Order: sequence, then structure tokens, then C-alpha cells
Amino acid sequence: MTVFFRIDAVSRSFAPEITLGDRIAAKLGARVETRSLQAVNGVTLELAKGETLGLVGESGCGKSTLGRVAAGILPPSSGTVALEGQPVLLNGQKATTRIQTVFQDPFASLDPRMKVGETVAEGPIAHGLVSRPNASAYVAEWFTRVGLDPAFAGRYPHQFSGGQRQRIAIARALAMKPDLLICDEPVASLDVSIQAQILNLFLQLRRELNLTCLFISHDLSVVRHVSDRMAVMYLGRVVEEGATGEVFESPAHPYTKALLASVPRLTLDDEAVVHFEPITGEIPSPLSPPSGCHFSPRCAFVSERCRKDAPDLREIRHERFAACHFSEKLIGDTGSGLSKST
Amino acid sequence: MTAVLEVRDLRTEFNTGAGTIRAVDGISFTLKRGEILGLVGESGSGKSVTGFSLLGLVDPPGRVTGGSIRLNGTELVGLPEPELRSRRGREIAMIFQDPIATLNPLLTIRKQMMMALEAHQKMTVKAAEARCIEVLRRVGIPDPAARIKGYPHEFSGGMRQRVAIAIALLHDPAVIVADEPTTALDVSIQAQILHEMRSLASETGTAMIWISHDLATVSSLAKRLLVMYAGKVVEEGATAAVLRGPRHPYTRGLITSLPAIARPGEELQQIPGTTPSFLSLPPGCPFAPRCGSASSDCEKIPEVSLDQERMWRCHHPLVVKGAAQ
Repeated sequence: MTVFFRIDAVSRSFAPEITLGDRIAAKLGARVETRSLQAVNGVTLELAKGETLGLVGESGCGKSTLGRVAAGILPPSSGTVALEGQPVLLNGQKATTRIQTVFQDPFASLDPRMKVGETVAEGPIAHGLVSRPNASAYVAEWFTRVGLDPAFAGRYPHQFSGGQRQRIAIARALAMKPDLLICDEPVASLDVSIQAQILNLFLQLRRELNLTCLFISHDLSVVRHVSDRMAVMYLGRVVEEGATGEVFESPAHPYTKALLASVPRLTLDDEAVVHFEPITGEIPSPLSPPSGCHFSPRCAFVSERCRKDAPDLREIRHERFAACHFSEKLIGDTGSGLSKST
Repeated sequence: MTAVLEVRDLRTEFNTGAGTIRAVDGISFTLKRGEILGLVGESGSGKSVTGFSLLGLVDPPGRVTGGSIRLNGTELVGLPEPELRSRRGREIAMIFQDPIATLNPLLTIRKQMMMALEAHQKMTVKAAEARCIEVLRRVGIPDPAARIKGYPHEFSGGMRQRVAIAIALLHDPAVIVADEPTTALDVSIQAQILHEMRSLASETGTAMIWISHDLATVSSLAKRLLVMYAGKVVEEGATAAVLRGPRHPYTRGLITSLPAIARPGEELQQIPGTTPSFLSLPPGCPFAPRCGSASSDCEKIPEVSLDQERMWRCHHPLVVKGAAQ
């Protein structure tokens, strides 16, 4: 695989600002507690040209932070992000327009005081992709491509439904002619029927434009639908990575396995008693992650070793990666996941 | 099994400056003891307003304008507010989507639960506290005797929702209306809550109306399903049978829109268009403008069709594949 986009050993932590009082206290010899939150911890991901990588995980796992770092919106604490070998950040500033983002909430991501046509045209004009006189024709072209009437360009965001706004957000991102699109939960806030429309639009545009995509979602069925490969995050780390179909078929990490088992499935059998296998416990606070393997307090397969020794992400099979001491054992043990209903 | 809740031709309207909105337009169903009934629909289908109507919680300019809600034989429609109040929480309770908004951030969980308990029951503080702790334990809160002293912000989203469920359970109500109670939660937490709700329904005999936009969640909980569109129930039946062979084109569209049904990367069979505004509903079948099988018949509102345990409202119902049993 030739690497097109590379996130290399990226970590990002957030620390509360040190106040003047803290500094004085520290000068006077008091011990000032600084608690930093490690949102993303040493994540490496690679994408080939034209590939879609799905990034899944529950709230607080760091997937959105990683997405923002990948997009160049947020500088990493350490590590690098590069598109075709070119660093995405130069002196802490995003240095490319080839990466664009579609965010979750189309109610928050569009400026309510700008006509949507201006919103779509703003970036391309600023970066010289289109001249001002040609901008409206350019916008009309993109509106048509995302399935909106070009006559809507003169309207304001509040005049649109959620699905239409998400189409505008997609048009805005694609009008910049990106090579890499980062989608952070692009369909999470939409109704089922609208979600299907947006997913179809996304699949069609990806094909037409040969886009490379980092697709972040908590919805496993959506990720299975759109992504070639997937990575599962837990408490700031990637715990499993591999071809989407394979990960669903035979998860190699207990967390992935439990997550797949938690997803409610369409039950088509009258007498079926659906068997839930809830993961016990809650996601620990990233402010005080457990020692050893982060998943060990909730893991059904935990051993003494897991509590002391944090497993690294390792290649357990060709192009399959997992961060668990017992992946080999687990991968033989299949039978969970979103099995196809017939 | 006896019916605990019988709803007949329920109507709720909102008088707005722009016109009258019929958010609930003639809904009927029966709920038996211990049964979980799924109520599915998209935003703006009227499913939440249905839930609010059952508890008499529709605020002006909305009001229940017609129909009947019989809870354990007592008619709730038209009952004076104090009477309704004495039943709300005791006989029929509600769980909302957002537990952050339902719990008072300034009061401890103990205080909030005690208030809910004292509203309907006279008991000693000791007995009341014991009852609260018992209910918290039942919904899966670890170490409830200590946790009850905490404030809502000290609980995670899933734990807060458990507290909200515990408050709803305090009086062992006959009916719980749950409005998207797991939508804001992560899947692993959702699975825990679904698991507990199901065992609660079977252990306590509490009947539940589970309102959700998520067909998969509903199908794993509810034996029977109502599908709502534009204020009306467009299809009803045993959940598995409806999902296997939907009669209404809207139900089928909801199912085929799900990525879990399709092959990865395949185009999803979407429903074109968007949910209509209540203010500009088409004169006939509200789904007609989005429907592939619409014809001139659909300019008239379709009547209810019944077949064994199934109900639908469509002039051109889909044929169920395979042998009808």
C-alpha cells in the first residue's frame, strides 16, 4: 500500500491553564496538581489513495480529537500528520486546502448570517480556485452535484432542513477540491430516511471524485457500510484495525467484540429472545485511566498480566492489528457481530 | 392478560398563528400488562406528542382535543389537573431522552427521589430512603446507599438515565412512557439499559411504550410495533412480522434505509424527499408525495385496513412475500 495520508504517532493532551495563583503557589513551594487529559495517545493510521477508513469508538474515546488533528484544525502535542509526505501543519498553521471536513451538526457548522451560496463560495474565492465573477456558476455546479436546487444559493441556513444543511456542508467541503475528506459523524443527527439519502450521496461523490476519506462515527452499521478499513478507538488509543469485513467477522479485541455484540439488531423472528451481552461497567475517565490495558476493568477475558502490562498495537495477522495479549485466542472464537439478517 | 391502557382515537392539536397542527391525529392502541409497545417514527411524526398526551403534559397552545385514554379503567381525557396529577408518576410515568435536562442539578439524587416518593405516599424518612436505595439497586447503580447522596453532575450519562428510570419506577406504575431514553447514550451503555428495562418489564409487570426512531432498538425490545407518520399510525402489528413483511411503503422505506440491511457500499433504498410540515400536509395520504406506488386514489385519506393482527393505512399496500401463516 502506498501511503497517501499518514497520521504518525499522534498524541494530543489537554491541560487546564496554569493560573497566576497556581504559579505563585508553585513558587512558594506548594505542590500544584496539574491534571492533563490524554485525549489521543500515540495513534498511527495510514490511508491509501481512494480509501475510506472508518474510525469508531464511544463518546470520549478521542475519535473527534483525532479527526481535528488529522484535519489540521488542532495541532498535536506530539507526532505528525502528512499528506503525500507533506506535513499538514506548518508553524502550527494548517498549510493545505487539500483536506476538508464535514462536521456532525449542520445547525452549528453553517454561519447563520451568511447566504449558503456565499458560504460555499468563500473558501474557493479566498484560495483562488475560482474568480469572483465565476463564483455563482461554480456554486451552482456544486449545489447540483449534492442534489440541491441552485436557486437555493441565495437563502440562509435556517430556511433548510437538517438533511439539506448537511448537503450544503458537503458542497462547501468539496468546492475546495480536497483530496482527503474528514467526516466527523456526518449523519448522526439525521433521521433514518435522510441519513440514507446522505450516505448514498456520499458514496456517489466519493466514487466520482476518487476521494480519500476518514469517516468518524459511533454507528457501527454506518461504518460497515461506507468504509474499506476500520480502526476502533478506546480511551485515546487504537485497539484494533483491519479490513472492515474482517473486523466484523472476527474481532480480535475484546472491546470490539463486546461493542459489536451491544448493537441492537433488527429482529425478524417472532419468538426470538434477543440476547444482550452488555459490557459491564462504564468507560473510565481519561483523567485517570486504569493501569495496564485500559480495557482491563471491563474485559471478560482479563488476566493478571493485563492489569500490569499494557499491550501494544501489533500485527496479529496480515494487515490486522490489535492491542490485546490474547488476540490470537479471541480471533478463533467468532460468532458475534452484525450478522446479516435474512 | 388485561389491558392497562386503552387509547381510542386520540387527537392532540396545536393552535398556532399559521394554522392548526394535528400532531396526533386519531391514534388508537391497547397496552397489556407487562407488554412493551414500540412507537416508531422520524422527527416530527408526532410520536413524542403522543407520549406527552398520555400523561396530560401537552402545554398550550397544544391540547388534547378528542378521543379517550383509559388507564386501568379510568378515563384520563378531561380529568381535572389535580386528579391527573395524583395519577401522574404513580400510575403512569415518563422517561425522557435527556437525563441532564430531567434531573435538577441543584438537588441531590436523594432529595429528588424523596420528593417524588412523598408526592404520592406518606411514609417515614427511613422507609422512603430504603425504597429509593432499593429502586436504584434494581436499575443497576452500584453502591446505591452512597451514590444517592450525590448530585446529578457526579453521574455519567448512562447512570443519570438509570436514576431517571429509578424515579419513574418508584411507585411501580402500571405504564411507563419512555421517549427515546437511550438515544443520547453510547451503544455499550444502551445495551445495559435495554437489558435492564426488559427484565424490569417482565419482573414487575409494568407495561411500557417505547418511543424511538431506531427500528433495531425497538425490534429487540417490543413484541408489537406502531409506525407513525405525520400524526397518524400508518402501520401496526407484531414487530417481527412488520419488519419481515411491511404493508405500508413508508415502513418499508424506513427498513431499507438502514445500512445494516444493505450490503456494504451498496446504494441504500432511500425514501425521497423529506417529512412534510404539519402546516402543509397533502389533502390525501400524507406519504403520497414521497411514495413510489402513489396514484390518484391516494388523494383520499386511506382508511384503516385490518388483517388478523395487522393494521395499515394505505391504498396500495405491499404484498407480503412468502406464505402468510
